[in-house]
Amino acid sequence: MRTRDLIDETYVALSTNKARSGLTVLGIVIGIASVIALVAIGQGAQSSVQASIESIGSNLIEILPGAARQIGFGASGGRGTARSLTLDDERAIAQVANVGAVSGEYSGRYQIAASGANTNTSVDGVDASYAAIRNTAMDQGSFITDSQSVSLAKVAVIGPTVVSDLFGPDTSTANAIGQRIRINDLQFTVIGVTRSKGSSGFGNQDDVVYIPLGTALQYFAGNGNHFLSGIDIQATNQTSMTQVQNDVAALLLARHGVNDPTKADFSILNQADIVSAASSVTQTFTILLAAVAGISLIVGGIGIMNMMLTTVTERMREIGLRKAIGATGGDINTQFLAEAIALTFVGGGIGVALGWGISFVVTLIGLVVAQVTFSSIFLAFGVSAAIGIIFGWYPARRAASQNPIDALRYE
Amino acid sequence: MIDFKDITKTYGSGTEAYAALRGISFSINEGEFVAIMGPSGSGKSTLMHILGCLDTPTSGTYRLDGKDVSTMSDNELADVRKGKIGFVFQSFNLLPRTTVLRNVMLPLVYAGVSPRERENRATAALNAAGLTEEHFTHLSNQLSGGQIQRVAIARALVNDPALILADEPTGNLDSRTSLVVLDTLQKLNRWHGRTIVLITHEPDIAEHSERIIRLRDGSIISDEKNPAPRDAARETELYDDPA
Ligand SMILES: Nc1ncnc2c1ncn2[C@@H]1O[C@H](COP(=O)(O)OP(=O)(O)OP(=O)(O)O)[C@@H](O)[C@H]1O
Ligand SMILES: [Mg+2]
Repeated sequence: MRTRDLIDETYVALSTNKARSGLTVLGIVIGIASVIALVAIGQGAQSSVQASIESIGSNLIEILPGAARQIGFGASGGRGTARSLTLDDERAIAQVANVGAVSGEYSGRYQIAASGANTNTSVDGVDASYAAIRNTAMDQGSFITDSQSVSLAKVAVIGPTVVSDLFGPDTSTANAIGQRIRINDLQFTVIGVTRSKGSSGFGNQDDVVYIPLGTALQYFAGNGNHFLSGIDIQATNQTSMTQVQNDVAALLLARHGVNDPTKADFSILNQADIVSAASSVTQTFTILLAAVAGISLIVGGIGIMNMMLTTVTERMREIGLRKAIGATGGDINTQFLAEAIALTFVGGGIGVALGWGISFVVTLIGLVVAQVTFSSIFLAFGVSAAIGIIFGWYPARRAASQNPIDALRYE
Repeated sequence: MIDFKDITKTYGSGTEAYAALRGISFSINEGEFVAIMGPSGSGKSTLMHILGCLDTPTSGTYRLDGKDVSTMSDNELADVRKGKIGFVFQSFNLLPRTTVLRNVMLPLVYAGVSPRERENRATAALNAAGLTEEHFTHLSNQLSGGQIQRVAIARALVNDPALILADEPTGNLDSRTSLVVLDTLQKLNRWHGRTIVLITHEPDIAEHSERIIRLRDGSIISDEKNPAPRDAARETELYDDPA
């Protein structure tokens, strides 16, 4: 039998019962489209989480007071609650090899007011090096300097969200410079506005007020309290991250007189750990989505098998007749297999287009930047061909193995 | 051409076993026109299925053109059917919802004949079976019973088989149409030298053949020459012009 004839026969057979073929194809369309769209969404979510973690800073190591906790999304929950990190610790850490920059942090949430409006947000006392460590760029004015920290200057650098909360959404960031704001009833002067980092992932990094660390400790930490709520370290490069982390851990254990590392009164978070923890979570999420979509694909495949079995039974006498006039078992087998594969290929094609469309719409709406990869399209086509073969195999075999007489007599 | 020796066919097994053919022996030469007669259930169709390599006998040997067919594999049997045999069945002859032309071309599709030649040969076969171009695009459910049988005959001879097997080709037809179908078969036999085995339970029909084999309960009860076969062409004329 020629390929051309096979295509003809397949077309005629499938178009004879358009409604049934259409519904069967729909099952595959839904399966393939959901695989493509859900994997694209999962992958989009994965890279957006990754990007947002990387935006917190590069080669970043964070030290938090208190016992080590599980790395994960709740990592910063214990910040500032325990009292074990000091300014002296910070100074000692600066001497460790391959430490590029260090910034102590003292943070808390306070009421901020300006010209009638007020907001409640996070106030971070930081060093001048913080901006470099955390990749915080300036939109207007300048960041805090070390001399302001020493002189306990009441100056503040605010995020764009704070600008709109305090001065109204229409106020340009430039107009915020020089404005006076009250933090916990102390008057501060705005000297800079940070550039927006976006709010995806780890809290809104634009809804924050930075003040000099010295000022924060002086006015907000209470009398003579020099305990920090965290220390940020930037390693000079990626490869020295582990060495810096280990050296800093050893240094702090020694300084705090702790012999057993499991009883450390601080915890160290390595940015790479956070990235890998988060991406393993999003990866699991992607796999979960793909699995759900895969199930619908299998259901679609069963739909194909069901239709093909019905077709074989309905066309039993036709099979007998074809065999009587010279069709071999192989011819019959090929014909029914071709029908099943044609169904899945049509379904696969439409499914890819639909999945692409869904990803596009999801991206357009702004839920997540869905990433349709060629591998997922390739996979979808491979899977649909495989489904056609696997689920078409048994019905085709059944058709081919009919004895022509029994088939002709079938009622 | 055909050599049947002690052919038996038993359906089912154990206590439900039914012997449809009980030791049949005969031979048919090339170019013969043979009728197989017998009452309903006597095993005529069973015999034809074995003759046509659609089924294998339970025991005995069947030689077709000198080759033992009774031990062939399914694929070899399919090849024999494709090359040597044309069928006209008792019922369900044509693919449903398929045009006349496509139905007739189907054996050529499986034989791998090129599309152009297919169409030529199908047209020739349909003409030989007395059908004209206007019927070619009809779907099989838009035909009369007689037309269906003639399309089936056209399909049976399209791949130029040496042997044409017809199982009650006139079973559901009126006598006028039956004569047309018989005429077609007689011409194929006389002009083109085809061997024809015609199965029927009507003596009227059987008398058009040159030899009549009678079956009862799966055995041959008589096998005799018909000294004066009736001529369907002449009868058709008489039928149309009784004067
Ligand atoms: N697949 C089968 N299984 C069991 N018995 C069968 C089968 N096919 C035929 N038979 C039996 O074999 C016998 C012969 O059947 P067959 O079809 O050959 O009769 P027939 O002579 O063609 O009759 P008719 O003139 O009615 O067509 C019947 O008694 C029938 O019941
Ligand atoms: Mg019969």
